Amino acid sequence: MSKVLSEFMRGIGKDNPIFGLVLGLCPLLAVTTTVENGIGMAAGAAFVLIFANLFVSALRKQIPGSVRLPIFIIIIATFVTIVDMVMEAFTPAMYTSLGVFIPLIVVNCIIIGRAEAYANKNNVFYSVIDGFGIATGFLVALLIMASIRELFGTGQIVTFGHTLLTIPINPISYLVSPPGAFLTIGVLMAINNYNKSRKLAKGG
Amino acid sequence: MAEDTLFAIFMNGVFLKNFLLIQFLGLCSFVGVTKDVKSAAGMSGAVIFVMTMAATVAYLIYTYLLVPLKLDFLTTIAFIVVIAALVQLVEFVIRKHMPPLYRSLGIYLPLITTNCAVLGVVLLNVMSEYGLIQSVVFGIAAGVGYTVAMLMMSAIRERSDYAKIPAAMQGLPHAFIIAALLSMAFVNYFKVIPI
Repeated sequence: MSKVLSEFMRGIGKDNPIFGLVLGLCPLLAVTTTVENGIGMAAGAAFVLIFANLFVSALRKQIPGSVRLPIFIIIIATFVTIVDMVMEAFTPAMYTSLGVFIPLIVVNCIIIGRAEAYANKNNVFYSVIDGFGIATGFLVALLIMASIRELFGTGQIVTFGHTLLTIPINPISYLVSPPGAFLTIGVLMAINNYNKSRKLAKGG
Repeated sequence: MAEDTLFAIFMNGVFLKNFLLIQFLGLCSFVGVTKDVKSAAGMSGAVIFVMTMAATVAYLIYTYLLVPLKLDFLTTIAFIVVIAALVQLVEFVIRKHMPPLYRSLGIYLPLITTNCAVLGVVLLNVMSEYGLIQSVVFGIAAGVGYTVAMLMMSAIRERSDYAKIPAAMQGLPHAFIIAALLSMAFVNYFKVIPI
C-alpha cells in the first residue's frame, strides 16, 4: 500500500511533469488563460496518459524494442482521437477554446515520456498508478498557472458559471496575454529553483 | 476554401501568429536548442524544410484520401504518421545527396517528429480550410516565424552569458523572462502599426 501511495505522490512532487521533469510546456502556457480551460486540458491529458500507460504496459512484452516508439505514438494517437471526439460532442465550448491543443496531446512529451520511461518497464497496476500521479501533477501545475493568470489578469476566477473568487484590484490584463504566460512560468520556475536550492543547503 | 490573401497568410504566420512567441507551439526546442546561435540556426533550417514538406503532403493526403473515404476522424493519427515518415525520408535523402547539410542538421532532424509546431501547422491548415497554395505558404511562413524567434532568442542568450544572473534565475527561468520580453514586442508591434 505504501508503494502505491509513494508512486502516486512522486508524480505530484519529485517527478512533477512541469516543475520536476520540465515536459509539456506548450499546452501549459497556451491554455492557462482561464482555470476552466486548464481543468479541461488536464482532464483530456489525464485520460490519454492513464490509458496509454495501461496499454503500453500490458503490451510491453509483445512490442519489439526496435519499433516501440512508432507503436507508442499510434496507441497515444488512438486515445487522443477518442478525447477529441468526446469533447467535440459533449463540451463544444471548451473544444473551441482549447482548439488545436487537443489533437496536439499526441506530441505532448509527458505522455510518450512516461510510456518510454515507466510503462515500458513496469507492470500494469503500477503503470496506471503512475499515470494517475503524473496526471494529478500536471493538473496541479495547470491550476497554479491558470489561477494566477486568471485571478490577477481579470480580477476574478469564474469556473463553469460560478464565480469562485473576486479581488478588488485593477485587472492586469498583461497576464492573460501571451507574454504574461512566459513571465508567470519564468517566475514560478525561479521560485521553484530557489526552494530546491534552499532545501539542498539545509538537508545536504 | 478560406479567402485570405497569400500575403496576409504569410504575415500572419511570421508575426501575428508567431508559433513560438504567440501560439506556444514548439517550446521544447525554443528553450532547449537556443543556447548558441549555430545550433538554433541548424534547427530552424530543418524546421522550415520539414514544415513546408509536411504542409504539402498533409494537404494532399487530407483532401484526396481522408475526405473522399470519409476517414477524417483519423486525421490526427494519419498526420503524425505522415510527419514521422517524412522526417525519416528527408533524413535518408539528405544523408545520401547532401552530406554537408546532413552533418549540420543531423541530430535535429529526429527531434522534429515530436515537435508540436510541425503537427500544429498541418492541423491549423485543416482547421482554417486553406487550399494547397495557402497551406504551403502558411507552412513556409510558420517556419520563417520560427526561425526569426529562434535566432533572436539564441543571440540574446549568447550575450547574456556574460551577465551576472542570480542563481535561482539561471537556465530556464532566465530563458522564459527573455521570451516574455520578445513576445511583448511581437504582440504589440502590430497593434501600433497595422498591416
